[in-house]
Amino acid sequence: MAEQQKTVTFIIQRQDTPDSAPYEETFEIPYRPNMNVIAALMEIQRNPVTKDGKKTTPVTWEMNCLEEVCGACSMVINGKPRQSCSAMVDQLEEPIRLEPMRTFPVIRDLMVDRSRMFDALKKVKAWIPIDGTYDLGPGPRMPETKRQWAYELSKCMTCGVCLEACPNVNDKSNFMGPAPLSQVRLFNAHPTGAMNKAERLAAIMGDGGLASCGNSQNCVQACPKGIPLTTSIAALNREATVQMFRNFFGSDYSY
Amino acid sequence: MAGNREFFHRRLHSLLGVIPVGLFLIMHLMLNYNATKGPEAFNKAAGFMENLPFLLFLEFAFIYIPIVFHAIYGVYIAFTAKPNVGRFGKFRNWMFVLQRFTGIFLIIFIAWHVWETRLAKAFFGTEVNFDMMANIVDNPLMLIFYIIGIVSATFHLANGLWSFCVSWGITVSPRSQQINTYVTMAIFLALSYVGIRAILAFT
Repeated sequence: MAEQQKTVTFIIQRQDTPDSAPYEETFEIPYRPNMNVIAALMEIQRNPVTKDGKKTTPVTWEMNCLEEVCGACSMVINGKPRQSCSAMVDQLEEPIRLEPMRTFPVIRDLMVDRSRMFDALKKVKAWIPIDGTYDLGPGPRMPETKRQWAYELSKCMTCGVCLEACPNVNDKSNFMGPAPLSQVRLFNAHPTGAMNKAERLAAIMGDGGLASCGNSQNCVQACPKGIPLTTSIAALNREATVQMFRNFFGSDYSY
Repeated sequence: MAGNREFFHRRLHSLLGVIPVGLFLIMHLMLNYNATKGPEAFNKAAGFMENLPFLLFLEFAFIYIPIVFHAIYGVYIAFTAKPNVGRFGKFRNWMFVLQRFTGIFLIIFIAWHVWETRLAKAFFGTEVNFDMMANIVDNPLMLIFYIIGIVSATFHLANGLWSFCVSWGITVSPRSQQINTYVTMAIFLALSYVGIRAILAFT
């Protein structure tokens, strides 16, 4: 029985160098049951030929864990930023359009440079300083209910989807975006991390920080990990309000 | 405040939008509502405002300076955003865009409105009363312009109250923000009713 091989059509926005103009290429890929977008990209890598039969360069993209926990394979799929590993072809409308997340500098094709997010994490001190010259011993205990709550915030994989969805993160503004802000809430909630609470608040009360949020709330809708980003931002707003008065009037509590 | 100018400006912008500009808008619309009781009632209420002592000082301190800061910084905020309702058509994103859109429109509307009803008096001594407004809205295009202006203002205030509550950390949880959406939209409808009834009273 000569059955026609079922195929999937992809329209991929490509870009050869960080500064060159983007262009589109269409690919027709043999369908396999339960395939994800990465499987299709791997197929193009094996056989980089466009729909018209023209030989081209393999499409570049980033990937790592393939189970939606590393954040590396984020791209804009049919207009929505998401991870390509968890984007199942069966659930997508065809032709499937792939674009890089243009909020970030494009390195090549679908691969972007998310350095700004890591820089922001450094800026807000998204870690808990425990190093010293001697053993400080165990830190204060964290209640189990609070740990479970904090775990949700800790799921952030710096994938960049919330920044791509945010109308206030763009080349005209220096807003760091929702992800690093929510990390401030996570580390400030930690019993040991809370010892450096004011430092982190000071960082997000600086330029490009908390105040640049415009409450479009796209981030919380777009976040693949379901992190309550807008709740984090509002909670930080409350703390910043208190901190603002402490900074201005001086306070015995502003440690 | 050198290190965190942006934070300070954004918070000041948010505060001024409610106090005094928001309060002024409510007072203004309430005063206009007297027009529904006839020209005499309106002229009496407007006359009371006109004859307030230290009028110029009150106007500058509580209206002009705050609203000019709010407007200029608001334009900066509006133009540093890249609206994306096409890709993310959720309710709050639409409100985000409408807030910026009404803000820009209000600058045009209020500039025109202040020129017509306040500066003309200051420069040429034009009498500001019921008949003057009736003359303006006699032109159906001006009436539409005014109605859109009023609705933009009430929306911008109501939705601005919503984001004020988030920006100052008053409503933190999703549920409190949801409830506040209903509350602020009720404020929008109520103020729009007051404003539109008043402007229609001049026709």
